[in-house]
Amino acid sequence: MKINDVILRTVTKIIVFIILTFGVELFISGHNDPGGGFSGGLVLASALLLLYMTYDIETVHKGIPFDFKKIAGLGVFLAVASSAVPMLFSNQFLTQEKGDFALPVFGLTELSMVLVFEAGVALTVVGVVVTILLTISEDVS
Amino acid sequence: MTNALVLPVLIPLLTAIVLTFFRNSFVLQRILSFLATASSAGVGVYLLLRIQSEGILRLDFGGWQPPYGILFVGDSFALLLVTAAATVTSIILLYAFSTIGESFEKMYVYPFMLFLLAGVNGSFLTGDVFNLFVCFEVMLLASYALLILGGRKVQLVEAFTYITINVLASWFFLLAIAYLYGATGTLNMAQLAVRVTENGQGPVLTIISLIFLLVFSLKAGLLLYFWLPGSYSAPPAAIAALFGALLTKVGIYALIRMFTLVFHHSPEITQSIIGIMAALTLIGGSIGALSSRDIRQIISYNVVIAVGFILVGFAAGNEVALQGSIYYVLHDMVVKAMLFLAGGLMISLTGKAKIGEISGLLRNYPTLGWLFFIAMLSLTGIPPFSGFIGKVLLGEGLIEAETYVLLTLAFVSSLFVLYSLLRIFLNCFMGEAIISSEEQVVLKKRTLLPIVLLGVLTLAIGIGADVLAPFVNDAASTLIDPQTYIEAVLDKEALLKR
Repeated sequence: MKINDVILRTVTKIIVFIILTFGVELFISGHNDPGGGFSGGLVLASALLLLYMTYDIETVHKGIPFDFKKIAGLGVFLAVASSAVPMLFSNQFLTQEKGDFALPVFGLTELSMVLVFEAGVALTVVGVVVTILLTISEDVS
Repeated sequence: MTNALVLPVLIPLLTAIVLTFFRNSFVLQRILSFLATASSAGVGVYLLLRIQSEGILRLDFGGWQPPYGILFVGDSFALLLVTAAATVTSIILLYAFSTIGESFEKMYVYPFMLFLLAGVNGSFLTGDVFNLFVCFEVMLLASYALLILGGRKVQLVEAFTYITINVLASWFFLLAIAYLYGATGTLNMAQLAVRVTENGQGPVLTIISLIFLLVFSLKAGLLLYFWLPGSYSAPPAAIAALFGALLTKVGIYALIRMFTLVFHHSPEITQSIIGIMAALTLIGGSIGALSSRDIRQIISYNVVIAVGFILVGFAAGNEVALQGSIYYVLHDMVVKAMLFLAGGLMISLTGKAKIGEISGLLRNYPTLGWLFFIAMLSLTGIPPFSGFIGKVLLGEGLIEAETYVLLTLAFVSSLFVLYSLLRIFLNCFMGEAIISSEEQVVLKKRTLLPIVLLGVLTLAIGIGADVLAPFVNDAASTLIDPQTYIEAVLDKEALLKR
């Protein structure tokens, strides 16, 4: 018997975007307010998780054709490499620079190197969480 | 400010991350991972030389001054161990290249080995207790993965014990850190040392120090070694060699560092407990080594004996004994790797692991036999190999400290080491050959090369002990007099303000 999941599917379509937006908001506000790469990444991953639960793995993979192990690797690489970059300018490892930029839509915005590091953390969290969930849901191939 | 201090961690870490993207290009993986470990060893030597002229180096991450930020501190002791760890890892990698097999290479074995090295080096270099915990975890997570790679039943069984024990130990570690932070308000090792000295090491701090002792002895295999022989004999030889050479040493390092820098004010309690534990470890390890019939088990029990031996020197607590311990740690890293590789090779060549089932290997593989013999001599402490100088200094230190029971136990245990390995040698290498020359598997030169290199290294440490002496003496004097370490980390103003 097929379970009627029309409500779940409909709600998911809308809610996924809300969760994703909230995840990005958490990620960006992280520098000076509660949030950041880790919590933002977890929220982003939960949106993906909802998609996987509502639709099946193959359908989602058609829409998001990424290897999440690679995404986790890319994230760690971003975080570590961006920490190492200051060494090239003879600053201490992990030194962060920031500056104010006049951006077209946002106006005067403070941008910081730490954003790259945090992006790495977020990608790692998304990659690892999804990989763990997919691995335990699969059988041994 | 010396960014080079982070390189022994950063190089393996970045290389490991990059390698995860090249899962199927084995040649590239091999070349890059070897380059990474070898260059880490090179950086270690470079830093070691700089320390001799410039004193203890430190690197404040992100420019945050201690005690507020996290930092790496490089003194001779840490850098000696970093250099030895990276060198031994690169030689073990050479062995892994020709033996580990495609199924392991596809499952990220090289990245995991590099992550392990990064964690080990980080533990040696860090100057912050919480960062020490983090580096321990990096190392342990990599070791969990390495232990179960291959997924044979015995590996999963042993991994279960190993992971349970280590998760429990990590929990205790976290608990001890929380207590310590509650009691002193800092986790920077140098500032801890200052604050503990100022306020006196009362009963509360001593009990906290005993929790740290529990944690580190679980990791080092000091008395609490029941998990060790099983889990070190489960994985393939290259991985077992990496474990035997590096993992217990990190526990030993942390134990010596914490108890010489921070908790050195009630030696009558802490030192004597460590002494008793080391003595019991020597006895238990010897009994284990004599009663096992499995080559890998015997070698694993030899790891346990070495842990007891090194910490006997620490329990004596004088400079000469510490010098002996430091020499012995370096020697043990090299020779344990050599023993594990030689033992693993014997098992893979014959397909048998019990000493009663193998015999006459010397006829088939004479080089392997004599390399094993060299490792045995070196472990027993026969000159000119590397075990000699450590044992002599340790003996001197123990006599100076007038701890004759420990002295006797330490040197009797050497006899048991000799006997247990001689048993392998006589049973497996002497006697009638069980493999006829027709069905003998050809032993490739590049499989044997890493063991030869380790043999050369143990000989070099033995003969070149004079070259090593200034570094070891500097390391021991920093351990005995922590003031130099504290002053290198906390500037004068910081010390006055506090």
